[in-house]
Amino acid sequence: MIRVILPQHLRTLAHVGSEVTLAVEAPITLRSVLDAIESRYPMLRGTIRDHVTQQRRPFLRFFACEEDLSHEPPDAPLPDAVASGAEPLLIIGAIAGG
Amino acid sequence: MSAVRVLVGTRKGAFILTADGKRDKWEVSGPHFAGWEIYHVKGSPADPNRLYASQTSGWFGQIIQRSDDGGKTWHQPGTPPGEPPAPGRPKAASNKFVYDTSAETGKPLTTHQFYDGTQHPWEFKRVWHLEPSLTDPDTVYAGIEDAAIFRSTDGGENWKELSGLRGHGTGPKWQPGAGGMCLHTIILDPSNPQRMWIAISAAGAFRTDDGGKTWKPINSGLYSKYLPNPTAEIGHCVHHIAMNPSHPGVLFMQKHWDVMRSDDAGENWKEISGNLPTDFGFVIDVHAHEPKTIYVIPIKSDGEHFVPEGKLRVYRSRTGGNEWEALTKGLPQSNCYINVLRDAMAVDSLDQCGIYFGTSGGQVYASADAGDSWAPIVRDLPGVLSVEVQTLL
Repeated sequence: MIRVILPQHLRTLAHVGSEVTLAVEAPITLRSVLDAIESRYPMLRGTIRDHVTQQRRPFLRFFACEEDLSHEPPDAPLPDAVASGAEPLLIIGAIAGG
Repeated sequence: MSAVRVLVGTRKGAFILTADGKRDKWEVSGPHFAGWEIYHVKGSPADPNRLYASQTSGWFGQIIQRSDDGGKTWHQPGTPPGEPPAPGRPKAASNKFVYDTSAETGKPLTTHQFYDGTQHPWEFKRVWHLEPSLTDPDTVYAGIEDAAIFRSTDGGENWKELSGLRGHGTGPKWQPGAGGMCLHTIILDPSNPQRMWIAISAAGAFRTDDGGKTWKPINSGLYSKYLPNPTAEIGHCVHHIAMNPSHPGVLFMQKHWDVMRSDDAGENWKEISGNLPTDFGFVIDVHAHEPKTIYVIPIKSDGEHFVPEGKLRVYRSRTGGNEWEALTKGLPQSNCYINVLRDAMAVDSLDQCGIYFGTSGGQVYASADAGDSWAPIVRDLPGVLSVEVQTLL
């Protein structure tokens, strides 16, 4: 299971706690994890990435394993620790927005 | 027993203020959608329990919220809370505002003038104004930034642009005002379902007479000294337009500077600023039962967005403009430096017409006697972006 930590406002929209777990079929990538989030929580569509272009919203960042993955290609494999569920993928609201 | 429900959008959430017809004791509900900018909340004239709200964020973008029980509970249209996800493509297109560039109904995505005068691509940013249909609770219009008008006919689940407006052909001359290039005013004609008026900062006012397929600019008589040609057809920073529904076609406009009036559905405008201390401002509204009684709140200038002389004064004209009286009873008359934004004034339709407005300082003031006296309903909300009122009979 893939673990994802959502920012507070998206937890409110999705009616979930801080961490969600998702079954995601390999390959485990940003795209496949975000697809799974939007499928399980359709109310989050458009809030993390653009409906049409699928581009990350500029004030959101993706972190995992103490690394900034925000600019990784969407189809690049996520770290093994994320794929195994040992570490979560963090979706963070950028400081710049606040 | 009559009652009123005041719908307040603020920079950090929505609030719902309710009172009986006396309008002297208020209940405050909120914040709803705490932490989000709520640009607008408005109820359906056809079903007062149906409310729509525009919830936005620099981080997370646009959300549309809907209530079917007068604001007690809310959901994103298409995703009722607790509904298990259905297999297949996810739903939730209620926040999907995509400009229509299709060959069948769309218009090419041109550029518009940017702040610096260069051309800039059209980009969706947020919904400024939601205008529910007068007759169908599931039909609602959205005025957006960058300026365009969208319509939903399924209760906000899906949106489609009425692209004839953006594609009018003058798009490259439209430019953003200080708040962005927003479509902020939508007025529906109760006597003619094919007719609507809209206004854009800074493009001007437009009207459709064919249900939104085609639009014409209606800015004759406007004078804007910040334009190379002050009487140009396009480019005017219209701040707000109001109309009494019993007198369709008589329009009152607060422009960037100048208060204006049209008696012919916008074909021609004449200035009615008269003896106002300044004719810069944002809000304008019309008494529910006296179609020549109008209200504005003068703001000092475009460089100083606060009321003049530290005094919060609503100005009322009972003559359709030109002759104005200051209404001050119950309003602060010293050391007051607030602003009142364009969608932050509303009127109820009780026999004794109530007037409401919200300020950048978080106060919502109400008058139950058509402006003669005022009292704050609340004093310390986040900065108010919009105020609407529902009269519940």
